[in-house]
Amino acid sequence: MRVSRTARVILGCVTAAGLAIVYVPLLLVLLNSFNADRSFGWPPSGLTGRWWRAALHSDGAREALLTSLKAGLAATAIALVLGTLAAYAVHRHRFFGRRTVSFLLVLPIALPGIVSGIALNAAFRTVLDPIGVGFGLFTVVVGHATFCVVIVFNNIGARLRRIAPSLAEASADLGARSWQTFRYVTFPAMRSALFAGGLLAFALSFDEIVVTTFTAGPGTRTLPIWIYENLARPHQAPVVNVVAALLIVVSVVPVYIAQRLSSDPAGGRL
Amino acid sequence: MAETETRTRTGTTTRTAVRLEAVTKDFGAVRAVDAVDLTVHEGEFFTLLGPSGSGKTTLLRLVAGFEQPTAGRIELAGQDVTATPPNRRDVHTVFQDYALFPHMSVEQNVAYALTVRGVRKAERLARAREALTTVRLDGFASRGPAELSGGQRQRVALARALVDRPAVLLLDEPLGALDLALRQEMQTELKELQRTTGITFLLVTHDQDEALTMSDRIAVVRDGRIEQTGPPVEVYERPATAFVAGFVGTTNLLRGEAAVRVVGRPGTYSIRPERILLTDPAEPPAAASADGRRTVTGRITDIVHAGAHTRFTIALPHGDRLTVHRQNLTGLPQSARPDGEIGLSWDERDAFPVPS
Repeated sequence: MRVSRTARVILGCVTAAGLAIVYVPLLLVLLNSFNADRSFGWPPSGLTGRWWRAALHSDGAREALLTSLKAGLAATAIALVLGTLAAYAVHRHRFFGRRTVSFLLVLPIALPGIVSGIALNAAFRTVLDPIGVGFGLFTVVVGHATFCVVIVFNNIGARLRRIAPSLAEASADLGARSWQTFRYVTFPAMRSALFAGGLLAFALSFDEIVVTTFTAGPGTRTLPIWIYENLARPHQAPVVNVVAALLIVVSVVPVYIAQRLSSDPAGGRL
Repeated sequence: MAETETRTRTGTTTRTAVRLEAVTKDFGAVRAVDAVDLTVHEGEFFTLLGPSGSGKTTLLRLVAGFEQPTAGRIELAGQDVTATPPNRRDVHTVFQDYALFPHMSVEQNVAYALTVRGVRKAERLARAREALTTVRLDGFASRGPAELSGGQRQRVALARALVDRPAVLLLDEPLGALDLALRQEMQTELKELQRTTGITFLLVTHDQDEALTMSDRIAVVRDGRIEQTGPPVEVYERPATAFVAGFVGTTNLLRGEAAVRVVGRPGTYSIRPERILLTDPAEPPAAASADGRRTVTGRITDIVHAGAHTRFTIALPHGDRLTVHRQNLTGLPQSARPDGEIGLSWDERDAFPVPS
């Protein structure tokens, strides 16, 4: 398509403005985590590593980080197993209600988090409480898994669509049993999609707050919850900035890697 | 047709590699394969020839085991394999898209059949190299499939399917993705490979040239049924049906009134374009007319120079049209120009009846 010079300039400006609206505030958070001025005056009176040191020694922040890591890893693990199996079933087999299952699997990502949160909260209260399982890390993991599964399901599904079905047939044709076909052909072709799906799922879980609010018990604080609780406390503000900066970094890196891997042709370099 | 073939051969020492008995395959409401009987002999180069959608690929997939027949029985080397999964059938397939494993090297691809059977590494590498030599791909062992040309991928697919010498090799339009020059080269090579290995080849194609060039026998498939089975010469020279006559090579089909006018008898007749001679209408019909030649005159409506031969379209007095192929060997009759009057003559035996 030919685009005139004026149109190109305008489009460029709009793109730049759009990106700026998203990323300038994020840069501000990063910068403020080094701002020597306690009340984040602008321009910064100087740069300091004080807040980072303070954050490192903040027990609350460290504990929250650990909780977030645990919840993220567990939710990702569950999502990888269930998401892969579901994608496999939906894309490689024909059965009654296949489309419906596919739709129901993807739906949780579109549902407002607050609705999922309330629903899960009510369900846990009526089902888990009576059998002695209280709100805590376990309920957070289950809550996160509901949307992490979608990410893995979508990633693996996209990959399966690109892997020619004739590959599995060729493998069987050459004498491989089902598990050999999976081990030598299907799994290696899916490996990078699994990794990408896992990273994205982890990133999503790591900064989730809405569902977490409704599924975490009073003692369970993930990093985003901790930030939320400490936002209002003036003397914690600098540390909150550091943690927010950390969250940005931890989220950006996996998404970047995941995108690189997903654009790789089937097989990938992983 | 297929049945007579089978009967005449069962008495001899020829053994059966593939046998289909009344095999039917339905996909929902669509009948892809309709009660097909087929026998492929050991060491034979057998081709299933038919237009797309005729069910020929489904037949191949039934033999490979990727599809289960709705009814009927499939035998390999005399064993009933109707319910046997693909991995336990002694056949390998060369897929239309080659289906090379993208994350494996050429060598790993070729050795795959040995790998999954647990053959020791040293032996399977040696045999993979050997198979690569057979398809003239030495030195490509460590490359990836993505680094190969179409023709080279084709050879890798062949080597992979031949590495452990299956009883039957199934080839699904293997040359479809190659350009003309390469296709002709590979035709010769495939035939040669089949001869030297002695493995039964069962090939599927829609290309009549390919079928005529390589096959020992051809089965012409249409609408899930086999129209005719026989050696290439027989299928070409004596097509059993009007469809076969039209699909294998080009032909002049004459039916009803036209048959009476042109051939001189009622019925349906096929005259191959290369069997018709162009003569000068001014000259009296040659003495040959005595020994059963038929002569007509017409007007040339179109002349197409097609390289080695020239294609003439000739309109006969009652509006019937005939196509004539003439080798570009000698000068043409004076009148052989557009709109010129021309004489046509053919041996009456070359107008042979076909059931319509």
